[in-house]
Amino acid sequence: MALIDARVGGASERGSGAPPLLRLRALSKWFPGVQALDHVDFDLLPGEVHVLFGENGAGKSTLINIIAGALKPDEGEVRLRGAPTHFRSVYDARQQGISAVFQEFSLVPDMTVEENLFLGAELTTGPFLNKPALHLRAEETLARLGFALSPRARVNRLSRAEQQMVEIAKALRSNLSILILDEPTAALTERETDRLFQLIRDCKGQGAGIIYITHRMNEIHRIGDRITVLRDGRRVATLQMTDASDEKLVELMTGRTIEAFFPTIDHHPGEELLAVEGLTAGTLVRDVSLTVCAGEIVGLAGLVGSGKSEVGRACFGVEPVSAGRIRFRGTPVPRPTPRRMLDAGLVYVPPDRRTEGLVVERNVRENIALPTLPLSQFSGRFLLRRRSERGICARLAKRLRITPPRIEQGVSFFSGGNQQKVVLAKGLTRNPVLFVMDEPTMGIDVGAKTEVYNFMKELVEREGAGILLISSDLPEILHLTHRTYVMYLGRVRAELKGAEITEQAVLSHFFEARTAVAGG
Amino acid sequence: MAEVGVRRFARLSFVHFGVLPLLLVILVIGFGVAEPRFLSGQNVFNVSRQATYLTVVSMAQMLALLTGGFDLSVGVILAMTSVVSAKAMASVVAGSPNAVGLAITLGIMAGLGAGTSMGIANGLGVAVLNVSPFMMTLAMASIGFGLALFMTGGVPVYGMPTQFGATLGFGRLLGIPAPVYVTVVVIFGMYVLLNWTRMGRYFYAIGGNIKASALSGISTRSYLFMAYVLCGFLASLGGVMLTARLETGEANIGAAMPLRSIAACVIGGVSLRGGTGRVGSVVLAAVFIEWFENGMNLVRIQSYLQMVVLGVLLIFAVVMDEVRHRYVAKLREV
Repeated sequence: MALIDARVGGASERGSGAPPLLRLRALSKWFPGVQALDHVDFDLLPGEVHVLFGENGAGKSTLINIIAGALKPDEGEVRLRGAPTHFRSVYDARQQGISAVFQEFSLVPDMTVEENLFLGAELTTGPFLNKPALHLRAEETLARLGFALSPRARVNRLSRAEQQMVEIAKALRSNLSILILDEPTAALTERETDRLFQLIRDCKGQGAGIIYITHRMNEIHRIGDRITVLRDGRRVATLQMTDASDEKLVELMTGRTIEAFFPTIDHHPGEELLAVEGLTAGTLVRDVSLTVCAGEIVGLAGLVGSGKSEVGRACFGVEPVSAGRIRFRGTPVPRPTPRRMLDAGLVYVPPDRRTEGLVVERNVRENIALPTLPLSQFSGRFLLRRRSERGICARLAKRLRITPPRIEQGVSFFSGGNQQKVVLAKGLTRNPVLFVMDEPTMGIDVGAKTEVYNFMKELVEREGAGILLISSDLPEILHLTHRTYVMYLGRVRAELKGAEITEQAVLSHFFEARTAVAGG
Repeated sequence: MAEVGVRRFARLSFVHFGVLPLLLVILVIGFGVAEPRFLSGQNVFNVSRQATYLTVVSMAQMLALLTGGFDLSVGVILAMTSVVSAKAMASVVAGSPNAVGLAITLGIMAGLGAGTSMGIANGLGVAVLNVSPFMMTLAMASIGFGLALFMTGGVPVYGMPTQFGATLGFGRLLGIPAPVYVTVVVIFGMYVLLNWTRMGRYFYAIGGNIKASALSGISTRSYLFMAYVLCGFLASLGGVMLTARLETGEANIGAAMPLRSIAACVIGGVSLRGGTGRVGSVVLAAVFIEWFENGMNLVRIQSYLQMVVLGVLLIFAVVMDEVRHRYVAKLREV
């Protein structure tokens, strides 16, 4: 099966002692406020799967964005097949055989599968599109890859997994020597994952190099040949897969042992805060029941698209509820709205701080005070009480250790971790009893992560608050939660308590029934 | 070393205040040298009165821009106000020639009512029906202009009591034109609204990030609605003032207002993406535009060419705003 079009040079580079396809030397990249990459070295050999491993914010995305031509390095050298190279754009990199499949899809939702597949490389006769030829090529490509997709289907009608397949097909369209996959299995079922791994092996066989990003231990061992661990923008180690045990990888990734990274949080469940019964909401959530008590952290795990996020949003009143009951501190809430839930003492921490958490144009003080302005500490009858506001916000900034503690500074001047602290501080202005945290540590560095965890510990142990932790970060679920609900396709699949919360147990409920996860 | 300091100062002031201070300096020096009358007391007095109308309408426009939209119908709100208030005054005076005070009061109320209701319609469209501000206010501009022409048959409305123009249009108190007093009140009101009230804070927040605002428990719909209503009211107030100055009700006044008011806001540093902008800078920018046009009149640049110049200036301001954003991003990296 000719998976990829024959390309000159690709096959001849195979074999032992072959020069690396790609060699990065002392690559550095700065973003406003952070150094995303700090003299990183990286090699990719033909015919290998090289896993990139590291926390969110460790620099993986920056690195692959540079390789894919989407970002330019500030320092360092990129050599492609031995020759120094500067990619001017993604298009330029693609011309040279580098394709990337990112987590954020680069698909145009209103176009069809075939139009998306050949976007930027349309087949033409003279000035006109050659639509029949394009359709044929699309059908061929999909058939070759074994994807059961209709080329004429509109992308926005497809499921997330199907969109992922289109994205992969786009990368494998032609002319491939380096393939970058960024958590490609996040939305795939077990069967689709097997299919993908087969494709990856085929690519390897043709001499392509694959850069593979994942957080899943079992995938690393299943598919990887070598692994490079990044932490805080630096390369920590590059190992042969045979030398990489799970414990070692976690230690390399976090820079400390698991026990030191995640605080132990006492479990003293008290009053029942949130009780959800038979909740059906939005287009995803079906018949979900769960409870959260004071003094405990309850996890909500599941794949992207499992509806875990939507459950939290429904309780806060941003996802329409079509059936079911929500009780908060014993009182039924027939129609939740953000205002009502905030007043009752429930705070929702959205997953994406830039799109939903913060008004980045405004300063820290205004952001922190935003949900609380109607309270008497912040406004009088007509005018705002700006001095009182300043005092309260300065105290909260200090409590959360926002650095630098300049609350009049625009939010966009702060690092991701500090921005996340501003989002958390927003919730604290009202002394809430329940936090619904949706991916609270996404895209922040290790130091800030530990601070967020310790903050959660403080909330639960000292203030007796309850936390519903919605997270795709499995270690977080495993080490922080006292109880965990696992969701699959909009339903709660299982409730695990205490010692039952193991990686094996949680993952086994992530996918279709019967297909328990192998390895791990 | 001194040169480096000057350059640093220039760069920092550019980042903080935008392109406006530079433009003002060029304006004063350029026209001041070319035409001595430009800086004379009489001319400054004229410009200060003439600038009030654009200032008030720019305040209105600023509200829409802050929330991340804009209002292309401010011109016809002016026109509607003018026509309705003139007609109302004329008909009351025609009925009872001695009730001048009543005629003026009723006329102003009718005009403000007509203008504000267009703002209400804009608000309903944008906030409740989710029509994009561009389409909603563009359509409203057509509706309003059509109605104003229909009511007047295209001819100016005469017959207003002369006292109306004499006080609100040409009157003075302590040597200062009457419209300036109204404008100062509007400016002060806007400053308080935007900096010291919840509503003002929410306008900025909604323009900056409407999702984050909704998740913070803000009723984004009602505040968006209010932004357009207030915008309509202020534009309408500008219409009343302009009617007093012209002493007629006219359907085609304010045709250039959407462009000029948006220009004033953008030159004054209001972001087209919403969420940022200061009252003081917008006032300064409005005065700048008016003074600039006045200067061009004095050196006898044709009015058609003036439109060209204003357009170029607007593009220049937007480009400089982009440059400024890049500077800000650079400063962040240090």
